[in-house]
Amino acid sequence: MTEVGRARRRKEDARLLSGRTQWTDNLRQPGMLHVMFLRSPMAHARITRVDVSAALGLPGVVAAYSGQDFAAEQGSLPCAWPVTDNVVIPEHPPMATSEVRYVGEAVACVVATDRYRAADALEAIEVDYEPLPAVLDMNEALTPDSPKVHEAGNQAYSMQMTVGDIDAAFRDAPVVIDRTYVQQRLIPSAMEPRAVLANTDGDSFTLWSSTQIPHILRVMLAVVTGIPEHKIRVVAPDVGGGFGSKLQVTAEEVLCLLIAKRLGKAVKWVESRSEGNLTVHHGRDQIQHIQLAAEADGRIRGLKVDLLADMGAYLMLITPGIPLLGAQMFNAIYKMDAYEFGCTGVFTTKMPTDAYRGAGRPEATYGIERMMDELAAELRLDPLEVRRRNWIRHEEFPYTTISGLTYDSGNYEAATDKALALFGYDKLRAEQADRRDRGDPVQLGIGVSTFTEMCGLAPSRGLGAANFGAGGWEHGSVRMLPTGKVEVITGSSPHGQGHVTAWSQIVADSLGVPFEDVTVLHGDTAISHKGMDTYGSRSLTVGGIAVLRACDKVKDKARKLAAHLLECSPDDLDFADGVFKVRGTESQKSIQELAFAAFLAHDLPEGVEARLDSDATFDPENFSFPHGTHLCAMEVDTETGMAKIRSYVAVDDIGKVVNPLIVEGQIHGGIAQGIAQALFEEAVYDADGNLLTTTMADYLLPSAADLPEFVTDRTETPATSNPLGVKGVGEAGTIASTPAVVNAIVDALRPHGVHDVQMPCTPERIWRALA
Amino acid sequence: MPRITVTVDGVKYEEDVEPRLLLVHLLRERLGKTGTPVGCDTSNCGACTVMLDGKSAKSCTVLAVQADGCDVVTIEGLGSNGSMHPMQQAFHEEHALQCGYCTPGMVMAAIDLLRDTPDPSEDAIREGLEGNLCRCTGYCNIVRAVRRGAQEMGQAVRTQ
Repeated sequence: MTEVGRARRRKEDARLLSGRTQWTDNLRQPGMLHVMFLRSPMAHARITRVDVSAALGLPGVVAAYSGQDFAAEQGSLPCAWPVTDNVVIPEHPPMATSEVRYVGEAVACVVATDRYRAADALEAIEVDYEPLPAVLDMNEALTPDSPKVHEAGNQAYSMQMTVGDIDAAFRDAPVVIDRTYVQQRLIPSAMEPRAVLANTDGDSFTLWSSTQIPHILRVMLAVVTGIPEHKIRVVAPDVGGGFGSKLQVTAEEVLCLLIAKRLGKAVKWVESRSEGNLTVHHGRDQIQHIQLAAEADGRIRGLKVDLLADMGAYLMLITPGIPLLGAQMFNAIYKMDAYEFGCTGVFTTKMPTDAYRGAGRPEATYGIERMMDELAAELRLDPLEVRRRNWIRHEEFPYTTISGLTYDSGNYEAATDKALALFGYDKLRAEQADRRDRGDPVQLGIGVSTFTEMCGLAPSRGLGAANFGAGGWEHGSVRMLPTGKVEVITGSSPHGQGHVTAWSQIVADSLGVPFEDVTVLHGDTAISHKGMDTYGSRSLTVGGIAVLRACDKVKDKARKLAAHLLECSPDDLDFADGVFKVRGTESQKSIQELAFAAFLAHDLPEGVEARLDSDATFDPENFSFPHGTHLCAMEVDTETGMAKIRSYVAVDDIGKVVNPLIVEGQIHGGIAQGIAQALFEEAVYDADGNLLTTTMADYLLPSAADLPEFVTDRTETPATSNPLGVKGVGEAGTIASTPAVVNAIVDALRPHGVHDVQMPCTPERIWRALA
Repeated sequence: MPRITVTVDGVKYEEDVEPRLLLVHLLRERLGKTGTPVGCDTSNCGACTVMLDGKSAKSCTVLAVQADGCDVVTIEGLGSNGSMHPMQQAFHEEHALQCGYCTPGMVMAAIDLLRDTPDPSEDAIREGLEGNLCRCTGYCNIVRAVRRGAQEMGQAVRTQ
């Protein structure tokens, strides 16, 4: 039985289940001190005075600093994606020195012997502010007389692309749908709050951080602080979820490093949840103006998208690029003659936005999938029928879309047929009609989402063309230990995904060794010296394949050694189940015997080193394009506005599957986060720019009681851009589910004249939409 | 400074504590019991759930002095002789954890739920775990795990 495809229970679990964890907050260093930050209570203000002196005399306080104390060395937090020629990237000091631009921005800090004393001392710091006007509304921010967030104005960038004759597509079009949707601001809310521990031996530095990107962070810390890269080691120990929120180079990481340098001591900072809600980058926050022109039979002629995207107060690591990750996704799985996309990035006095699960693609998918339902309603067609008339048929792959991506594979018909059968579509439609006829106060709605997405970020050439400040390759290495066991090192840095298990399966098959004989190391730049880390559903399609390539090189070396020892030509050897066999004979050497022979090095052929160890990078030629059909049935009480998910079916096509258990888990979690956007979550700022949703009591994350059982299944159309035929799965559920849910709510209420409900679709909003 | 006596995972401790010290910080910072994490500080997420005299409690919202004379069991004190508690095993079998940060609290809350409801329905499990948040799993596999754990524990009781 091959390991790939098998529902292996995870190697990661035993440790996590018994509390033997290495969260950054669990780590200690000798003489370690605790850092706490004082944060701005103002959305926008000039700092006129910071006085830390009263804090210095308090018990346990070792040091206290203001932004001015770091002004000479703290640099500017990086933006690695200068998306356009006209992009404005303002200075972003890790600790504010003269002006604050969002509530929560750090203005001072205390270093003390423990966190209780540090908290006490923060109270003693005095800061004087001269208030400046908050800038909160994107449309107002772009008016000429708006107060400015930065000297250069409130527009961060603007870009426009047009493909085909968009004017012709809209001219005399039998149907034009014109809608505006708001993607509310979200707080990613990984369960583990951020934490940073920095230590120094006086010359070099180690920084442990709850991060998705230890490798990128190392490079960026060197660039920002001027500490040479080879003097910095970054470790991502156990990381408790990320969802994009830990794809960042944060103020606290830079400042902890600088404090450790200044004091020559280990310092730790651990975020409180309120601090996290204020200062972990937020997600989404777009206003989408979308126009769709179609023929009378529903075939799409053209699509125009105009986005306003809230950047918040600064451009962080990839802030400006997030909405543009949707630029080629609004056309989704549909064929059309013309497409226009425009985006304006806007500065406001709020926490910066950046990557959150799906990053640009959920927004695009929501926009188009809502529009397809509107088109269906306009034409009085079934929403699936409108989609069928427009989608790329399975025999048309590979297909180059209007926005210029080449989808390598897919089968939308198969996924949809399977989903319909599991869902009982016709029966639910019949029930819906019955409830409508009876005037049942509880109406039934059916929501459709036939999504695709681009993921597995890579390819480097494409990222370069988009001005992205890094490549998209991944690195893997495989060490054959003398006893025949295998040590795998991956540049992909997991935070809950299960890389250790999945990579073990891949390696076990490739080298023909037992699953149990493989160990996987990651997340420490001293061990995994090269990597591009984990985000954009890239780990398996890029990092997993890098490991597979390294295995190929191990086998090449082993083959040469085997041929020498067995006195045959390398071409005469067949490799299967971990054994090289001389064709037509019983002569053989196992990979374990060859590992030991390489270690002994007593009898190596010319040009063969004393090791089978190998490493490789992989850089795919294309993104991967998972797709699927998600169907949601929603019961909506028209008297109370209460909406309840009755059933949810997801059929996803993510190509070949390495571990179906892990895949199902990713889909489940993704669906939950997408549903959460549709029904529950919203970061709310008041009129003065204060965040109101600073705790989990205010920001509603769904519990088990708020969600249903999900019915999931798969179709399998292999990707052609990698040798395993795999596609990314980390974000698919989140991308697909939000429009499925909102489409279901609107479908339930359409006979009442409702054609939109703003997310999150709370009972109050639904009730008001009906009023 | 008040002196408290508290038993944690079978070991008795005498500690001088500030009145404001939280139980979770006593466990983590003083006793080195870092298996119990802090998720939200406001008792919404339940990551810090431990057993306090046999009942689940969110240790971020209990003062250490309130635990004086109490018996505390953390995730580190479950299982015996190196083997996992049936509920831990069920979470493993059903893939009911991803990042694992909510897991200690989720497992403790699940065991507590079974104290009152030894054979819970899916709905009862969902309602019963309402005070414990998970951001990774979407809860489906957690519900399955609790059902499996309940069956295993019920089986164990019947065998005894």
